[in-house]
Amino acid sequence: MKIQLRFFASVREALGVADEAVQLPDSIVTVGDVRSWLRARGGDWAETLAEGRALRMACNHEMTGAGTRLTEGCEVAFFPPVTGG
Amino acid sequence: MTVKVQTEDFDLSTEAGALRRAHPEAGALACFVGVVRDLNQGVAVSAMELEHYPGMTEKSLDAIIEQARARWPIADALVIHRYGKLAPTDQIVLVAVATAHRGDAFAACEFIMDYLKTAAPFWKKETTADGAHWVDARDTDARALEKWKSPGEQTSNK
Repeated sequence: MKIQLRFFASVREALGVADEAVQLPDSIVTVGDVRSWLRARGGDWAETLAEGRALRMACNHEMTGAGTRLTEGCEVAFFPPVTGG
Repeated sequence: MTVKVQTEDFDLSTEAGALRRAHPEAGALACFVGVVRDLNQGVAVSAMELEHYPGMTEKSLDAIIEQARARWPIADALVIHRYGKLAPTDQIVLVAVATAHRGDAFAACEFIMDYLKTAAPFWKKETTADGAHWVDARDTDARALEKWKSPGEQTSNK
C-alpha cells in the first residue's frame, strides 16, 4: 500500500522531514503499525516516535488512534499535542 | 458558519458588525479574542510563530462548530485563526457566536475555544532570550474539556 506521511512542528524539526510518500510492506495495516515501522529507521525516528512520547496522529485530516486501519493513498500525520488559540 | 485560517490580522468591529447585521433575530453576540502575551510561564516572549496543518485545520474547526450547533441554537458562528509570524499584543484568534439570548452565546463561544485548544492542529513556537522553542501543551487545556462532557464521559486521570 502507498500512503502519504506528514510531520508537523517539533516532530517535523526533529525528523528533518515535512512530508514523504512511502510504499508500505503488506504487514503494515494500521496507523500504529506505521509509527512502529518508522521507528525501525532508528536514530531520530526511534526517539521522536517512541512509545510514551506525547504524540498525536491523524489519518485523512482526522485525529485518530493507533488502531485505525490504513486505506490506499491515505494521509497519515504525526505531530505533538496542539497549542493553538 | 465561517472558518478562516489566515496570516492577515482581523478587525473585531468589522467581523462583529457583519454577523450582527446578517442576523437580526440574534440578540446576543459573544466574541472572544486570543492575544499573544509578552510573558509565558515567567519568561519574556519577543515573537511567536504559529504553524498549522492546512486542510485538517479547517476540517477540525468546522467539526467543532458543528458540535456546538448540536448543543446550542446558534444563529451564526465565526472562527478566524491566524498563523505565521506574530508579536506580543497581536491578535491570534477570534471566536464569535450569535444566538437569540446571551447564555447560549457565552456557552457556545467558550465551548468552541476549549475544543479548539485541544483539537485544532496549530502549534506555537515562541522566541525568548534563549532562542526559539515549541510551546508545550498544557494539562489545563485538556481539563477544560471535562466540563462539557456528560457525567458518563468524564475521566478522572486526564
